[in-house]
Amino acid sequence: MPKNDLVIRVAGEAGEGVLSTGQLLVQGAARAGYRVLTDFSPPAEIKGGYSFFQIRIGSRLFYSRGDSVDLLLAFNREAYDLSSGDLTEGGLLIYDPAEVSPPASPTRTQYPVPLSEIARTQLKFELGKNVVAVGVLAALFGMPEEYLRKLLEQRFGGRGPDILNKNLGALEAGLRYVREHIINQPGFRRELFEVERSPADGRRIVVSGNQAASLGALTAGVQFFAGYPITPASDIMEFLAAELPKVGGAVIQAEDEIASMNMVLGASFAGKRAMTSTSGPGVSLMVEALGLASMAELPCVLVDCQRAGPSTGMPTRHEQGDLWLAAFGGHGEIQRIVLAPTSVEDCYYQIQHAFNLADKYQLPVILLLDTVLSVRTESIPRPDPQRIPRWSRLLYQEPNGQGVPPHEGIFLRYQLTDSGISPMSIPGQRGGQYVATGLEHNEEGRPRYDAETKTRFTEKRFKKLAAAPQDAPEPDFYGDASAEIGIITWGSTAGAVREAIERAAEEGIRVAGIAPKMLWPVPDAQLRPFLEGKREVMVAEVNYNGQFARILEAHWGRPLRHVNAYAGEPFKVRDLLAAIRTAARAGAVAR
Amino acid sequence: MADTATLQYTVDDYKSSEKPTWCPGCGDFGVLNALYHAMREKNYNPKDVVLVSGIGCSSRLPFFVATYGFHGVHGRAMPIATGVKVARPDLHVLVLGGDGDAFAIGGGHFMHAARRNLNVTYVIMDNQTYGLTKGQASPTAQRGYVHKAAPQGTLEEPVNPLLLAMACGASFVARGFSGQPKDLAQLILAGIEHQGLAIIDTYSPCPTFNKVNTFKTYREEVAPLPADHDPTNFEAALKIAASSMPRYLGVIYRREGPSYEQLLEQRKTGTEADLPRLLDSLFDRFS
Repeated sequence: MPKNDLVIRVAGEAGEGVLSTGQLLVQGAARAGYRVLTDFSPPAEIKGGYSFFQIRIGSRLFYSRGDSVDLLLAFNREAYDLSSGDLTEGGLLIYDPAEVSPPASPTRTQYPVPLSEIARTQLKFELGKNVVAVGVLAALFGMPEEYLRKLLEQRFGGRGPDILNKNLGALEAGLRYVREHIINQPGFRRELFEVERSPADGRRIVVSGNQAASLGALTAGVQFFAGYPITPASDIMEFLAAELPKVGGAVIQAEDEIASMNMVLGASFAGKRAMTSTSGPGVSLMVEALGLASMAELPCVLVDCQRAGPSTGMPTRHEQGDLWLAAFGGHGEIQRIVLAPTSVEDCYYQIQHAFNLADKYQLPVILLLDTVLSVRTESIPRPDPQRIPRWSRLLYQEPNGQGVPPHEGIFLRYQLTDSGISPMSIPGQRGGQYVATGLEHNEEGRPRYDAETKTRFTEKRFKKLAAAPQDAPEPDFYGDASAEIGIITWGSTAGAVREAIERAAEEGIRVAGIAPKMLWPVPDAQLRPFLEGKREVMVAEVNYNGQFARILEAHWGRPLRHVNAYAGEPFKVRDLLAAIRTAARAGAVAR
Repeated sequence: MADTATLQYTVDDYKSSEKPTWCPGCGDFGVLNALYHAMREKNYNPKDVVLVSGIGCSSRLPFFVATYGFHGVHGRAMPIATGVKVARPDLHVLVLGGDGDAFAIGGGHFMHAARRNLNVTYVIMDNQTYGLTKGQASPTAQRGYVHKAAPQGTLEEPVNPLLLAMACGASFVARGFSGQPKDLAQLILAGIEHQGLAIIDTYSPCPTFNKVNTFKTYREEVAPLPADHDPTNFEAALKIAASSMPRYLGVIYRREGPSYEQLLEQRKTGTEADLPRLLDSLFDRFS
């Protein structure tokens, strides 16, 4: 009976092919109909260092990368040392005997596969080591090889028969080695590693969270991007640099993050949907410009691919530490909206909500991704570009008539309206002239410092923000809505929470879960009902302070149970499960 | 008032209802007038002009003009203007600000603006002090300038804006003086007509706080360019730019070529109408 869920990890020295082995395998597997979800743990430096690529593969939907590894391929000694502890009991270790000689262990099965030797000596194709490794893994979990062959033909066919044949030969060598030296061995339990494919369920694509967000930004009609390279956000800029000019847009790599955000504001003032992407350190630099956007009431979208902080922190590690910065960072009293997608697919849709909300409420919207989402690739349903209609800004209408003198009275750019949202003009519109400014201003946009103006316009800007929850995107719900134990979460942690709730149900513990997409302002109408009937409400997030928990506690005036991890890694499902069991026991004792 | 039949704008058409907040005798009045005249010369429709500024007395200028404007935060006028012009190359964009905005906090952006060569005109109202915050030294203040934050005088060398601009690759470098508004209007016009970033460092004295560099001293120290000066000669321009005395006025250096947003436009291979097809091909690529 094949398994529906297998976790494979390829570990080794960065630059050695960990990433390319994983990516080739993932793309082939997705085409073959397997569900895939990956995670990549890059090395800390550009050249060298331990890294791994983890692939969860099978026939069911996955929400996290998997706590432990069923099949570990260790390219070298360091990979064995650092990853073998994550191998599950009864798992399979494949290692290159030229690099490492692991001792036998009762908790695992292990086989040597001389990858370097096969590539170098047998095939005379040292670079083909990765493709040999792909063949090895494919044979172990039972993937039909024609998908990989086709993929190799697509990739190398254009480069001449020699290079293609070399790669096909490498694949064959890997497949053959496993068949001749591992699968046919007595004691090899094939059923532990053979994986089921999912039934045909429509077309799927394999993308990372960053790619999904980039595709979503294009779908939303973004026309201007300015940014600065930073891990793990750079590939959003690079993706859009290649694609935006194809739809008449422009990408500028600016001199720094401060310039980036100010360029975005200029483009937004000029009437275009504009965005930037960065990570925590960049958001810190952009705080001043975000305040300007609040005061001048300019739409803009900022994608923050959060990473472990503070300060330079751990550039390639995971944390959900920027929520307070996103919602509140900045002097004075600013208005902005914070959204957080919960999965790779969700990145595609939430960024479109971000642009819509920015345009409607004329303020900055920050979309919080995180290292896990940015980097993870997943097979997701082919996105639907029609699903989310595009909203437009409330626009000033030019008066009719020709040959009218330029001065027609002063346009009230910041007109006090019931909703707080004023019609905005775009340069080029006759009679719509105004000066956007960060100074406090009256309806005409003229700087004014009197008490009445300050009072009325502070209230105007916050009235806009107060209305935003009515447009909050739908939250994710997990588990049993009627349960007495509840977990609130956000971002990629939602995946691990979802899995923990499923496992708890298997143990007879009923749990309800909710992951809102709008984190600020608090979507009270979505979250308050969740509290009803709950004797225990936990908030799970990867940060030390319980940033969302504290926002909710302040909002509701009641304490919540904080469930935190802050080790630079995503939550392990088993740790969330332990927290659930504790909550369940606490309730039982209380009774 | 404008002649509605042929829509020839007058200077009054560029004046907003906001009265300038500058002190009587401020050099910026001369710059404002020169700007009004330059725009009238080009017969710009005010709706098609965006004036971008930073923070400082001179950065208040956009409020006094009946065009669109963006009074940004300190030092960030060039990045904002870059966003405006790249998003909408059809708009006429001018950048206004002071020597602090351009060379202190904006110093980093100044360098990259010169490299980028966007088709905008940057008029820097250089009074060698910080007016709005009451008289501290700016990056162009002369060495030994005394103010409350340096009671014994500054220790730093002033930056030379013209040399800086040339070193950073600027394609049009000029110096003006608000005490000669007619010439300044011509300079601004030349800057507008230049295809690329036109930097016009403009002496614009602060009578309230800078008692050292005044209209009187500037009048004594400025000089027209030598009659044989060839602004297309980089080495000759460097010599002129390096001269602290006399303070030469005019177009010091110019170089023809395409501007940044022009080059970006040339790289566009489609329009928004191509989006559905592009998305389809991208989804296919990731399948």
